[in-house]
Amino acid sequence: MIRIRNLAFRAGDFGVRDVSLDVASGEYFVLLGPNGSGKTLLVHCLCGLLRASAGSVHLDGEDVTHAEPRLRRIGFVPQDYGLFPHLSVARNLTFALRARGRPHAAALQDVRPLVDRLRLGRLLDHLPATLSGGERQKVALARALAIRPRLLVLDEPVSALDTPTRAEVLDQLRALQRDLAVTTVHVCHSIDEAMAVAERAGVMIDGRLAQVGTLDELIDHPASAEVARLLQVEWRGPGGRR
Amino acid sequence: MPAVAGPRVHAVSVVTIAFLAVFVAAILALIVADLAYARPAALVEALRSPDLRHAIVLSLVTTGATLVLVVGFAVPVGYALSRYRFSGSLVVDAVVDLPIVLPPVVIGVSLLVLFRTSVGQWIESVPGLQFVYTPKGIVLCQFLVSASYGIRAAKAAFDGVDRRLEDLALTLGCTHGRALRLVALPMARGGLAAGAVMAWARALGVFGPLMVFAGAVRGRTEVMPTTVYLELSIGRIEPALAVSMLMLAIAMVALVAIHALGQRHRWWGP
Repeated sequence: MIRIRNLAFRAGDFGVRDVSLDVASGEYFVLLGPNGSGKTLLVHCLCGLLRASAGSVHLDGEDVTHAEPRLRRIGFVPQDYGLFPHLSVARNLTFALRARGRPHAAALQDVRPLVDRLRLGRLLDHLPATLSGGERQKVALARALAIRPRLLVLDEPVSALDTPTRAEVLDQLRALQRDLAVTTVHVCHSIDEAMAVAERAGVMIDGRLAQVGTLDELIDHPASAEVARLLQVEWRGPGGRR
Repeated sequence: MPAVAGPRVHAVSVVTIAFLAVFVAAILALIVADLAYARPAALVEALRSPDLRHAIVLSLVTTGATLVLVVGFAVPVGYALSRYRFSGSLVVDAVVDLPIVLPPVVIGVSLLVLFRTSVGQWIESVPGLQFVYTPKGIVLCQFLVSASYGIRAAKAAFDGVDRRLEDLALTLGCTHGRALRLVALPMARGGLAAGAVMAWARALGVFGPLMVFAGAVRGRTEVMPTTVYLELSIGRIEPALAVSMLMLAIAMVALVAIHALGQRHRWWGP
């Protein structure tokens, strides 16, 4: 499980302030928020790409607040997928295992179940530039899962896809996450996207985690006008019901 | 990017292409004049001279050593300039570029002065580290003149590599060093190679600082540019022309290589 306590990060006028959050093992959690609310900063702190100025992060009971990214075992899929353009799909998929000293051929055998599951076999020799958006997304996902992560972080994973592909990919994400039971944090700014994959979500507004709860709770009892606006529901004041 | 629609022949295209044609014609005129003046038999005869052949070999050996040094410095320095911001980085950036804008002969004079100081004298006293009027001095001059070109090209090559990909490599189990080796270096290799060729070609043409710091001693510190000067100074135009044309051919090959490496967009497969 993830346990974040009072996490803070500052970058000029921008930042993340006093974020505390628990995500259970095997849970699919969505982090919602408008552009510039600090969602990406928070997940970068989680992955160790930014050093938090205060607070702590525990993964499965281990304090990783100051651990290097490579030691956290967090599979990260960035918004633009971050495929290495100079490497074939096969070498992208085996990258993490090769970085740990495993030969490419052996590493390819290790990731074969993911390749088969996501139907990437015919793409193995392709370069990322030749793939469609949906294919790139699948390759990035498989590459992140290849390290058998303790936590999977998806930063707006379907924002660059067209609507039909988006629905298909969200279904696949949910099914894959259930099968692998990998704890997942999915960043997005659409309540519809959140409802397609998760039961529980957190809403970030201006660098703070404004509300955490089930999607029903968020929709029925938004904690503030900003949360209500993001979820596109009516705001009836503190404690108000729709 | 799609081609711009509209007629291909208009006032701007005619004027700019006319300027381009004039410039190319001026350069070609120089080459054609050399070719017209030279008698092939005389050129071949000149290239048989042991002094000339020694100068050519010394040029290739010293520029080869310079190339190794430039690559060894340009890759880490270019990476540091591309990735890190620190107080005074603007000044450091300007200092790195200084040899590009400085008249090369100033570098020779400055080296001579440096090696007259106590530090320089101490370096000269170390066995095997004599620079003044030696081939090692040639390498030092070539390095100081050409390294900035290599560093500038390396910085541009690393600037073209999305830093977020290196960050991603860290989450996939890489140390910073491994991310550099597996992501940044292979992605920057076209620009790095083009920079290395450019620096080598620049080193081959270094003349001013060599005359001051390494001298132009026949059979000892004479390289191709100094050969041209020495031969002309005693009125022997054909040997000077032979070496000039050789340098011209090398420069053309180097420039074609730079453009080919710089324009390579396709990433290689597995």
